[in-house]
Amino acid sequence: MAEPPDRPATRVPFFTPGPRVLMRLALIGAVLAILCSAFAWTAGWLPPRRLTQTGMIDALRAVDGRHRGFRSNHAKGVCVTGWFEGNGQASRLSTASVLRAGRSPVVGRFALAGGMPFQADAPAKVRSMALRIMPPDGQEWRMGLNDIPVFVARTAQEFHDLLLATRPDPTTGKPDPARVGPFMATHPNTARAAAQVAKRSITSGFADDTYRSLDAFRFIDADGVVVPVRWAMVPLAPVQAPAARIEANTLFDGLIAALRQGPLQWRLMISIGTVSDPTSDPTVAWPADRDQVDAGTLTLNRAESEDNGPCTGITYDPTILPVGIAASDDPILPARSSAYMRSFVIRSGETKPPSAVSPASIGPGGQP
Amino acid sequence: MTVPATMPVIRFSVLARVLHWLMAIMILGMLFIGVFMAATVGPAYNTLLSLHRPMGILILALALVRLGNRLLVPPPPLPDSLPALQRAAALGSHILLYALMIAMPLVGWGMLSAGGYPVVFCKGVHLPPILPHDPALFALLRHVHTWLGLTLFAVIVIHLGAALLHALILRDGVFPAMASARAGRRDPEPVQGDNRH
Ligand code: HEM
Ligand code: HEM
Repeated sequence: MAEPPDRPATRVPFFTPGPRVLMRLALIGAVLAILCSAFAWTAGWLPPRRLTQTGMIDALRAVDGRHRGFRSNHAKGVCVTGWFEGNGQASRLSTASVLRAGRSPVVGRFALAGGMPFQADAPAKVRSMALRIMPPDGQEWRMGLNDIPVFVARTAQEFHDLLLATRPDPTTGKPDPARVGPFMATHPNTARAAAQVAKRSITSGFADDTYRSLDAFRFIDADGVVVPVRWAMVPLAPVQAPAARIEANTLFDGLIAALRQGPLQWRLMISIGTVSDPTSDPTVAWPADRDQVDAGTLTLNRAESEDNGPCTGITYDPTILPVGIAASDDPILPARSSAYMRSFVIRSGETKPPSAVSPASIGPGGQP
Repeated sequence: MTVPATMPVIRFSVLARVLHWLMAIMILGMLFIGVFMAATVGPAYNTLLSLHRPMGILILALALVRLGNRLLVPPPPLPDSLPALQRAAALGSHILLYALMIAMPLVGWGMLSAGGYPVVFCKGVHLPPILPHDPALFALLRHVHTWLGLTLFAVIVIHLGAALLHALILRDGVFPAMASARAGRRDPEPVQGDNRH
């Protein structure tokens, strides 16, 4: 900046080098280097490598491949809409407005577990129901439920390692027993849970299936009293045995055909845990005689393809909960929340090819 | 004792100094929380995110107050000894810091809006969406949040380096202008070693 002409220029030298100055420069450099290293360590850029969201998505891809634009898990699916009608019976346990008597609109999604968007339907594949329940006061409730009795891992790391242990061998296309065996031997919880999943009773399709939260949550009542809960969507449709052989889209076509006949309904059954029931371990089922509360009825009356459907531009993060419901100490919940966001970010930035369940297979106007 | 207005302004106003140090801690904290939670699937994830959101919104509110104060109450002039390039760098980096500390929370809020997430300020208190539900925009803003965050960290490191240079090597009164605990923007008598005019 120019000096005013009437003032003598009394510039102090900008920089006077010398040993003292060098020492101080080194000190400044050290401060900055420490700050940057701490930042890099916090961000996970330095060893030891920890399990990150990206690492989790990579493990899912190691099993099922990379499919641009699709969910990294539960990739093959269809959107559904309808409503949830609370009956007020669970209101003594939780202040959540969705549980009071009254209707809330629902955007849901049925899917097959696994990251392959064009996999063929098969009776024994894990089926899922995801729901976004939107009461008028904006306190929405999202959930992703599976039709298995227990989850197969206790922590994110365990699930990650299980995925890698069971990923298909490139030569046989099947999991390598030499990897799976030792993994199960060292992970008794997973082995026990996998056995329970394998011997579950299998129904004919999406419509007569029971879907479970697997993870534990907390219901909080008006006095602040907290109870541990898990829940299930239990079908009102009569349960039928699965067909012996089915076509590539039989399960989804069956769901669409059923919705064409009329609405499908499920009852939301809340299991109330006791102090002895584990909330932090979704591989262990709670005893079947736990108190159950019928909290209301889910009615679905319309199917729509994922392509431009209302279930595509959101993620069913199970930690999006209304006041009156909270996450438990189950470590799978934060793992899901963070991995779902990463999967959602990745797929939302990509162009998705048409889904297996296309608008054409559903019918004109999205109305089955 | 009243300080004559003819004395030079040598310090930032008390409000500016309080906001500066408070926000320095908050923003650095947010950057560390941010990069940690975005790289974890562990139990801390949801806890950190529910700290990150309200703290970010608070930073936005404080940044607006601070910007108003900065425009209304002029800062002390830089010493004449500072070469023009450094002055330009100081001004440029300060503008960048203001822009980033306002943009970061807006991008965070906007991306959750575009992703169809409820923008939870604290349990039960939701903020309205500031952008329409648009997944492609969500993906874009999520990346912008990362890159602006890393830029903010880089600018803070440079800013800190420059501040320490003034404090330890140049000793030209620039550091105490922000770091002094004394009241007021002026001193009653000229202070030894101050080379301002
Ligand atoms: C650490 C464990 C888990 C990981 C890493 C994981 C990962 C994922 C990912 C990445 C998605 C795709 C999300 C998206 O793009 O929107 C997904 C979807 C889903 N997950 Fe998980 N998951 C885990 C555990 C579970 C558990 C325990 C359940 C069931 C209780 C579950 C049920 C679902 C359902 C139902 C969907 C599909 C949601 C939809 O239809 O959009 N997941 N999972
Ligand atoms: C001064 C304000 C803020 C700063 C400095 C900041 C900084 C950061 C940083 C550095 C990251 C990590 C980015 C990465 O490594 O990819 C991050 C992630 C994130 N921030 Fe912010 N943020 C701010 C405000 C906000 C606000 C106001 C919100 C929401 C209301 C928000 C929501 C998020 C979310 C959702 C993530 C991503 C978590 C994930 O990827 O799982 N941020 N933030």
